[in-house]
Amino acid sequence: MFKLLKYALYDMVKSRFALIYTLFMVLVAISIYQVSDDLGKVSLSLMNIMIMIVPLISAVFATTHFFNNLEFIELMLAQPVKRIHVFLSQLLAVILMLSLALIVGFGLPMFVWGADSSLLTLLLVGVVLSAVFAGFAFLASVYTRDKAKAIGISLSLWIYFSLVYDGLVLYLIYSFADYPLEKTTLVLMMLNPVDLGRVLMLMQLDISALMGYTGAFFQQFFSEIFGVALAGGTLMLWVLLPSMLALLKFKKRDF
Amino acid sequence: MNKLISLSLFLLFCCISVDLNAGQIRVKAGQSIQRGVDRALPGDTVILESGHYPESGIVIRKSISLIGENYPVLDGQGKGNVILVAGKDILIEGLKIINTGKSNMEDSAGIKFFDSQDCIIRNNILEETFFGLHFSNSKRLTILGNTINATSEREFEVGNGIHLWKCSYSVIANNQVSGHRDGIYLEFVTDSQAKENRIERNMRYGLHFMFAHDNSYIRNTFRQNGAGVAVMYTKNVLMQENRFEENWGASSYGILLKDIADSKVIGNIFLKNTIGIYMEGSSRIDFEENTFQENGWALKLMASCDQNLFQANNFTNNTFDISTNGSVVLNTLTENYWDKYEGYDLDRDSLGDVPFRPINLYSVIVEKIPASVILWRSFMVNLLDKMEKILPTLTPEDMMDESPKMKPYDFS
Repeated sequence: MFKLLKYALYDMVKSRFALIYTLFMVLVAISIYQVSDDLGKVSLSLMNIMIMIVPLISAVFATTHFFNNLEFIELMLAQPVKRIHVFLSQLLAVILMLSLALIVGFGLPMFVWGADSSLLTLLLVGVVLSAVFAGFAFLASVYTRDKAKAIGISLSLWIYFSLVYDGLVLYLIYSFADYPLEKTTLVLMMLNPVDLGRVLMLMQLDISALMGYTGAFFQQFFSEIFGVALAGGTLMLWVLLPSMLALLKFKKRDF
Repeated sequence: MNKLISLSLFLLFCCISVDLNAGQIRVKAGQSIQRGVDRALPGDTVILESGHYPESGIVIRKSISLIGENYPVLDGQGKGNVILVAGKDILIEGLKIINTGKSNMEDSAGIKFFDSQDCIIRNNILEETFFGLHFSNSKRLTILGNTINATSEREFEVGNGIHLWKCSYSVIANNQVSGHRDGIYLEFVTDSQAKENRIERNMRYGLHFMFAHDNSYIRNTFRQNGAGVAVMYTKNVLMQENRFEENWGASSYGILLKDIADSKVIGNIFLKNTIGIYMEGSSRIDFEENTFQENGWALKLMASCDQNLFQANNFTNNTFDISTNGSVVLNTLTENYWDKYEGYDLDRDSLGDVPFRPINLYSVIVEKIPASVILWRSFMVNLLDKMEKILPTLTPEDMMDESPKMKPYDFS
């Protein structure tokens, strides 16, 4: 397992993508730090990147990685190694590389110019979202035989979670404006990892506005141990669920 | 003639020496303060030595000074008022007053003044008082450097820290008030000044005034009060260089202005409030050089306000800059700095060439449906806001700053 992981990682680090992605992140972070005058604005701008770009890149990269390494995977499957090890080594390698790129890319400027708790939360949210969307990408990849199709599915999932879902929630909120919606919206946020990450950031950035009536409810929820545990647990579930489903399919799949 | 002069000199000396002798009556712990006060003649000084004085309802009706050494403790033992004052030229200094009665019927207070003039209340410590300092129908008061704390769970269990009713020409400075209902409460108070006070963690309002014309509030700090600062039905107010911080809650304001007119709000700092300023029915107020930072809503400007001027203020890192409840705009916004402004400045006059509309669509939606605040900063909402910026439909089209500043002002 570790040997497999080592080779997968080695392979990935050698590819130019990891380097380019890291450089891109560094450049983005540096330019944002240069333009914005205070940390609050930095985390705001970085947040948009984290919520939109990071899942997108994660989804596309993980899918292409899977198909590019399909031959290697097939070769490995011919060897006396467990399927679960082959699968996990690939997935973990992708997640590790994406997280590392993020941590180095955003972490380095943070280290140089300073960071606050909201930026650290942001980094964590970015890592988790990378993992979630890598899971989705692998799920899409094991269920299809065609690379283009798999990328299509990953992209649709990305569009759904970062755009369509919020539209639906907004529509729902608008339609049922006369009812108390706090708990409902909270549950709805739990059902979308991107929103969950965003809400965790809101708690840091827009605390003053959130202290309005309903906001106070959210604030209270997320400041309690129970709320944080629930949010963290749900995010974990979002990391595990797609990858587990993908693993189940991978185990049975006829290559 | 010489005789006359020497006689008058002699008389003068007598007067002075009498004045000097009239100085002191010392009261020790265990003795009655009231008896000490009764013995004193006008102009005398009653000195309380340090110690514990379980006494309440001390009445002072003549011009004396009551001064404590090393903060003697006047313990009201939960009964009524500790000191009652009605007179002229009275000085109360260096006392520690604790445990007044807790009654809304008689408004128990640490020190209560009626119909007094030219009194000075300086450097006292008040703890667990129902009302701290309570003044009615008085003039020319100097309330200086007092520390007034209470610890109470609920709003109705405690009175106001510094309470003035129907007073004038007074100064309230360098006091520190916390844990009361209202920090400073002024009703029918005119021509007075509140300066450099520190008002924190009170149950209701940090500062609360009504019908209190021609007053000024300078360099005070209002932090974490239950509902911030609320001022009503008043004209000619000057608020300058105050700090309004961390007033959090659904109905919590940096300042709530209701029916205020002809006033100036200059150089204040609004930091991390749920709502920086909420205005209703207010007219002809100038807001200049204020800093609005990290508020939920920097301004809630109701449509009932008119002829107000917002000029040269800094708006940075607020979740929403302005929201309103109507489409009529009778106020002027000009030359403010908005960090959300995305325009350009081709003629290099440091003012943007395209107007800035500070109301965004989503703040209108959140106003209607508070629960929707949870979607703020999502991509969907950003898109909607961008569209609205290009083609205003829901937001009032006239609410705009025609010449927004490109760079923030430096007020320091």
